[in-house]
Amino acid sequence: MSVTLPVPPSSQEPASHAAPVPHGIREHGLRGLVADWSADRAAFAVSWGKAMMWIFLLSDTFIFSCFLTGYMTVRTSTTVPWPNPSEVFALDIGGKPIPLILIAIMTFVLISSSGTMAMAVNFAYRRNRARTAALMLATAALGATFVGMQAFEWTKLIHEGVRPWGNPMGAAQFGSAFFMITGFHGLHVSAGVIYLLVVARRVMNGFYERRGNYQIVEIAGLYWHFVDLVWVFIFAFFYLW
Amino acid sequence: MSTTLQPTEEAPHTPAEHAGSHEHDGPPIALYLKVWLLLFVLSTMSYLVDYFHLQGLLRWTLIIVFMLAKAGLIVAVFMHMAYERLALICAILLPPLCLLVLVALMWTEADWVHGTRLLFFH
Repeated sequence: MSVTLPVPPSSQEPASHAAPVPHGIREHGLRGLVADWSADRAAFAVSWGKAMMWIFLLSDTFIFSCFLTGYMTVRTSTTVPWPNPSEVFALDIGGKPIPLILIAIMTFVLISSSGTMAMAVNFAYRRNRARTAALMLATAALGATFVGMQAFEWTKLIHEGVRPWGNPMGAAQFGSAFFMITGFHGLHVSAGVIYLLVVARRVMNGFYERRGNYQIVEIAGLYWHFVDLVWVFIFAFFYLW
Repeated sequence: MSTTLQPTEEAPHTPAEHAGSHEHDGPPIALYLKVWLLLFVLSTMSYLVDYFHLQGLLRWTLIIVFMLAKAGLIVAVFMHMAYERLALICAILLPPLCLLVLVALMWTEADWVHGTRLLFFH
């Protein structure tokens, strides 16, 4: 059979009718699948690790968006008044309630961790192991602080009687949306802290130095910034709206 | 540039190969610090929207504007999207636009459910 698949011009012999068959095109079944996907045709000018992280983050975007859309749907359709987040998440400081203050502090903590992570990536490409590891550890510490504050917030709300099926402040759906969205985000932050610690350890013990490639720091950074990015949307839609 | 096209990342490089090479053109640290500061300012401003109890259309507009500004800064600078090629930018940033359809569908649906609930349960 004659295979006439489009061949990139670079791999085509000029003035030759029998164009060379791309590598592996004659393979069939599983071998053919692998050959096709590993053929020398790159769409993205980045390493596979970075492309795969971006595609994972894209799929994660859809998961978080589905949660937020579900939250929008239950909040719009309920006839019971929605609890006022400004009051629910207020903290008493110095005898008077300050609205949303814990959430504001959590936001600043997470943004700071993004800043330290961005600088860690920069130092990784300069092959400065000590500073890269230190900044990654700082990022992980800020992330752990964030998770700790979230645990405090959950404890406070559970003590006040907020449950996934109801709460004393208003619409029953408030609890399910809150625990689902912040819980899934907190899980991402926790996983990110572990991820950063693993990579930071390998930066310190020279694992990437021996391989001569520090791009994993940038890839871990992509994940971490994404966690911060998701929080921007949760902060806007769940806490401020 | 050509080196990033090849799957070379498993191959060991000597430090001398990388020394002085600028194959990873990222933003300088000064830009990171500026963006960091800007994110702090934008977060403070969105917090103040709640603190000063702004309501209605003004509140929603400000929340969305500050949110999009923060998201844009994080994606463009911290995640280096501004330094990537258009092929990757389109592959990652265009698909989420489908979500606008989902949001529109669910919004009209929720509105309808709200109406029927008011009609039958109140």
